Order: sequence, then C-alpha cells, then structure tokens
Amino acid sequence: METLLPLFVAIPIFSAILILLVGKWDKKIFPRIWSILTTLSLLVLLVLFWDKGTIIHEMSGWKPPYGIVLIKDSLSQLMLLIVNGVAFLTIVYSYSYILRYEDYLRFFSLFMLMLAGMNGVVLTGDLFNLYVFLEIASLASYALVGYGVGGEELEASFKYLILGVFASMLILFGVGMVYSVTGSLNMADIARFLISHPGNKAVLMASGLFIVGFGLKAGLVPFHAWLPDAHPSAPAPISAMLSGVLIKVLGIYSMIRVFYHVIGITPIISNTFLAIGCLSMIVGALMGFGQDDMKRLFAFSSISQMGFVMVGIGLGTPLGIIGALFHLLNHAGFKSLLFLSSGAIEGETGTRNLSELGGLREKMPVTSASSVVGSLSISGVPPFNGFWSKLIIILAAFQAGKIWVASLLVLTAFLTLSYYLKFQKNAIFGNIVEKVKGAREAPMPMVVPLVLFAVICLFVGVFNYTIISNIIIPAQQILMDRGGYILSIFGNI
Amino acid sequence: MTLYFLNFVLFIIGLYALVAKRHIVKKILGVSIMEYSVNLFLILIGFKKSGVAPILMKDMDLSTFIKTAVDPLPQALVLTSIVIGLGTLALMVAMAIRIYERYGTFDMHEINRLRG
Amino acid sequence: MKENRKSGMTFIVKMITNIMIGFMIVFGGYIVLFGHITPGGGFPGGVMIALAYILVTLAYGRNIVERKVSGITASVVDDLGALTFWFIGIIGLCVGGEFLYNFLGKGKPFHIFSAGTIILNNIAITLKVGMSLYAIFLALAILGRVVTDKNERKDEQ
Repeated sequence: METLLPLFVAIPIFSAILILLVGKWDKKIFPRIWSILTTLSLLVLLVLFWDKGTIIHEMSGWKPPYGIVLIKDSLSQLMLLIVNGVAFLTIVYSYSYILRYEDYLRFFSLFMLMLAGMNGVVLTGDLFNLYVFLEIASLASYALVGYGVGGEELEASFKYLILGVFASMLILFGVGMVYSVTGSLNMADIARFLISHPGNKAVLMASGLFIVGFGLKAGLVPFHAWLPDAHPSAPAPISAMLSGVLIKVLGIYSMIRVFYHVIGITPIISNTFLAIGCLSMIVGALMGFGQDDMKRLFAFSSISQMGFVMVGIGLGTPLGIIGALFHLLNHAGFKSLLFLSSGAIEGETGTRNLSELGGLREKMPVTSASSVVGSLSISGVPPFNGFWSKLIIILAAFQAGKIWVASLLVLTAFLTLSYYLKFQKNAIFGNIVEKVKGAREAPMPMVVPLVLFAVICLFVGVFNYTIISNIIIPAQQILMDRGGYILSIFGNI
Repeated sequence: MTLYFLNFVLFIIGLYALVAKRHIVKKILGVSIMEYSVNLFLILIGFKKSGVAPILMKDMDLSTFIKTAVDPLPQALVLTSIVIGLGTLALMVAMAIRIYERYGTFDMHEINRLRG
Repeated sequence: MKENRKSGMTFIVKMITNIMIGFMIVFGGYIVLFGHITPGGGFPGGVMIALAYILVTLAYGRNIVERKVSGITASVVDDLGALTFWFIGIIGLCVGGEFLYNFLGKGKPFHIFSAGTIILNNIAITLKVGMSLYAIFLALAILGRVVTDKNERKDEQ
C-alpha cells in the first residue's frame, strides 16, 4: 500500500510533461481530456488510501532521519481530499472555460504542476522538501495568475511574484536556521530534538520568519497586499484554485504542520495567530463592503474567512481546531463555487461589476441558484455548511473564555451576511439590465461542477455530524498529538 | 559571527533594492541579491575553517574526519535553491519584458492600474 | 559562408568560438559522466552544454543555430529528459517498492559504472537542464526582439 504513495506527486508531474510533449501535435483536445483523467485518477488513488491510518513511504529506501519521507495521516488525508476534489471539479469546469484563451497547453501543464506541488506539500515529512514543493506550486501559480498577459494581469502577477519570492526566501531562511540548531531536516527528528532542548533563541527567530513567510503565502492581513489583485486578475478556475486550495495548503496547512508538529506551539505563537486572525477577519470584511468588482469582493471575503480559520487555530482548544479544520473544508467548497460562478457570469455578460448586473436569476437559472447556495453557505445560514463551522468556532471562543474574540466573530459573520446579500441583490435578483439581456445558461461542463459544489455544500451542512466525526476529528487528534507524530515515524525502527 | 552579520547586511541591501527602487529590473536584481544572501547563509552553516571535503578515505581516522569535514547537506540544499532561483529569475525577466510591452515603461510607479 | 560573415559578431569572436565549442561540450560531458565520483553532476554539466549553444548563438546570430537545434526540438528534448527521470523513479517503484530505488547494482567504487542509477539520473538532468536553459534563452531573445520592434514602430509613427 505504501508503495503507491509517491504517485500523488508523480502522476500530475507526468501529466504536466506529457501534455507539453503530446501537445506539439494535438493542441486542443488531448490536454483537456488528459487532465480530466489525471485528476480523476488522483481521486481514485485517494479512495484507495482512505482511512488506512498513518502510511509512511521512504523515498529511495533511505531510513527516516537520513532520507526524505512521505507521510499520509488523517490531517494530510483531509487536505488531499480538499486539493484533489476541488482540482477535479475545476478541471471539468476548465474544459469549456479555456475556450476563451488561445493557448490550452500551458494552462493545463502549469495547472498539473501546481497540483503536484500542493500534493507534495501535503504529504512531505521533510522541511526542505516542503520548501521545494511550495516553490513548485508557487511558481506555477505566478505564471497562471498572469495567464491572460494583459497589462493588469501582468501587474498583479508581478506583484504576487515579488511578494511570493520574498516569502519563500524567508521560509528558506527559517529552514536554514532550524537546521543550524538541530542538524536535521526531517520534521519528526527536529521535533524530537526540540522537545529535549527547549527555549532556543534561533528557533524563536525561525518561528517569526515562518509566520511572516507562510502568512504572506496565505494572504493574512498584514501581508495581504497581493491577494485582492491576484484573485480577480487570474482566470476563474485559477482564482478558484488559489482561493479554494492554494492559500490553504501553502499558508495555513504548512503553518499548522510546522508549528504544531515541528516547532511546538507556545502561548506566544497562539496569541499571534489569534491576533492575525482577528485582524484578517475584520479588515477583510470591512474592505469587502466597498467592492463593486465581484471577484474582488470574493477575494476580500477569502481574507476574512481565512481569519476565521486562524482564530480557530489560535484558540488552541480541541473544539477550536475542529471548527477551523471544518471551516477549511467548507470554505474550499463554497469559495470555489463562487469564483467559478463569477467566471460563468463574466463569460455570458462580459462584466464583473455588480452595478452593471441584475436579474441573472431568469437568464441563468442554474448558475444563479448554485451561487445563491454558495453565498448562503459562506454567510452562515443554516442548514448550509458554513453555519456549522462558524458556530463551532464561536462556541470554542466562548468555551476558551475569550468573550471579545467571540463578539468579533459574531460581528464578522453579520458583516459577511450583509455584503453577500448585496451581491445577491445586485447580481442575481432585481430587474434585468441591458448587459444581461443576451445572457444564456453557461455550457454543460461549466454548469455541472457548479451544481456539484452546491450539492456538496448542502450535503456537508446536513450530514455535518458524520463528516466531523469521520474526517475532522481524526485530523484534529493527529494535529494536537506531537508525540504521536514522532512515534509514527520513529516508532517502528 | 562577523560573516553572519555581513551576510545579513547583504540581505538588507537586497531588501532595500526591492522596496525603494522604482525600476523593475533593479527590483529583480534586489531579489537576486537576497537569494544569494540566503544561499550564503546556508553555506555558512556547514562551513568550517580549514575544513576538508566530506569524503571518508581509507587512511583517515573517523574522529578527525568528523572534526574537520564540512557539512555536505547545506551544499546540496544550496544547489537546489539555486536551481529554483534560476527558474524564478527567468519567470521574472520574462514578465518584466511583457510588462514593458504593455505599459512602455519599467517604472513601477507608472504601472499602477490596480489598487492593491 | 559569405552570408554568415554579415550576421553575428566579428571574425575574432567566431574563430575563438570555433576552437572553444568542442572543448566546452566535451568538458560538459565529462562533468556529467563522472558526476557520481567527482564533484559535478547533471546540473553543472547541463549548464555548460547549454552555454556552448548560447555562445554559438551569440557569435553567429540566432538563425544559424536554430537551423541545427530549433526551439521546438529543444523543448521536446527537454520534455524527454524530464520523462526519463520520471521513468527511472517509477521503475524503482515497481522493482524495489520505493520511488527512485537503486535497481542497478552498486558496482566497484570509483569506477564509471558504479553508484547504480545516479549516472542515468545525471544524464536525464543534463538533457532537461541543458535544453531548457537554451530554450529559455531563445524564448527571451525572441520575446525581447518582438517587444523592441513593436516599440520602434511606435516611435516611428
């Protein structure tokens, strides 16, 4: 079983190369079909690995402290579900979305490279390898953000590129610093060393570097300058991937893996998470209000929702982490849905500005219905999934005795509801305006993923208890059990 | 310690170029300088004064080998990070040329259609 | 050969390039093939081979080199190099159960056929790095040319 684990990274890399190679002869059909098959095979692979416990693969046969290991535990399993699920639906959507660009090859090739990088980040058990996969995913995403090669796309992409490279350098600096203290790059080995030698100053500095570096990748508030530009400029499937997956895997997941398992969580770091989370939540929600561009509104709301997740993680209680991980899963669903539907709307009407839209409900019934489901979920209306995760985070804040955090959470939830009501009122409902008159329903491959995402949102909301107890709680237990993580790698030697 | 300090100064120089300069190519140079300083830092971790190459020959004693040999792992890391830096640099330069094509200027202050 | 004189750099540069080019490629090949027993390997060797191509491009102009190795050929070879590396890894996975497992024998130390698959990996990396560097150079040169031409035309108008 553990033999197959590297395929999560190897299959998308193979597709990325093969699409470029075969694409010299078949530019249009092959890339689209092959990338759908690739993501489908990744999902099949995930089903094979589902609930098999912790699986370790030693690359090239070297034992853990010396070689690179890949680890699949319940936390990685949750993230793999998010990454590969969103990637599959997004690729199906891209099947007809890509028609508006001339070059198909590089889009799908870079997409596969990004997918490989993210799967690698999720699976790796080696700190430097984490950096390498992070760079693979980021490099592909810089190029994809500027895929339209218009002036604004390039500007956004360059801004993202500069900040992203800076973040990567800080992370590499931190990795070097941790290596200079511990003399090892294996995450479990570092953790074992740091447990027996606590209170090192260099590790404290490395934690600061990691917070800034991963915070930049996640677009949390003091470091969010690239995000509201990059998301609207990217093609819609890429916005969905960036917001639904990339900022979670590269930012949040790497951060919690490094801090909970490798460096060890301390009250200072928890409080920093809490402060960053509250700031992102409020600033993102307030900035979201004034936006006329649909995708900018969604981008700011992403910042705000990532703030929710960071608050849940910063609380540090089991309930808070359950809420945070559940919100991570839910946000991947509804934010991808919203970005994809914005792409469908833009394709039919030619505009993304809320002031120029109206009455889409009659012209594009399925797209409108699913985006209404998405916005109800994100604003936390029962029985959709967003309600339950937000409720759990708010309850966790009360339980931890942090009343002011809980009140901020409630306030932000109301703000979210209000600006998504604005989106619905201006775009979906209301009278039909000039630009919407010629609109028709989007093509089939674009509508099906939207409907599936909407069904997932409703399904997760209704069967929330099953999802939490089967997927989220094992991940939370793995995350909070640092000793168990070390034992799972070194226990059998 | 002086070496580490100088290395940090190099990082700050790169950061200065990245933040304060308006020309895109100068910004790219700043990023490159920062990259080199990080690579230098990694090399410095494994560095030993008058160290030898980390190859264990037959006539060597193991304890003196451990004392004198430099750490080979950071060198491997630096090789990887140089390759990544090369890819990033190529992407940045290509993007700079494209931006020049669209805007007709390399000045970052005139490239401001987006609000941030 | 008359047309060649006009394009590219001066006669001295071309002459030196003619002499140097063979040495550069041979030295690059040496670095690759002995990468597992002496300092070196696929990346440095690949860069040397790419630099040889780039030197010829600079000395003789782009058209002469592109007749031998065009951008498309370069990128096909580049992809093939990456695929070779991937297949070496997957063969290891099939044979030994671990990705990049050393499925060849270890051989005698300090001989050219030692260290198993490393030499194959080095050759794959050489193809990948050498050709992709050359392709990046060509792409940037073409991109730069297109942009300058456009702007010159704008200025003339």
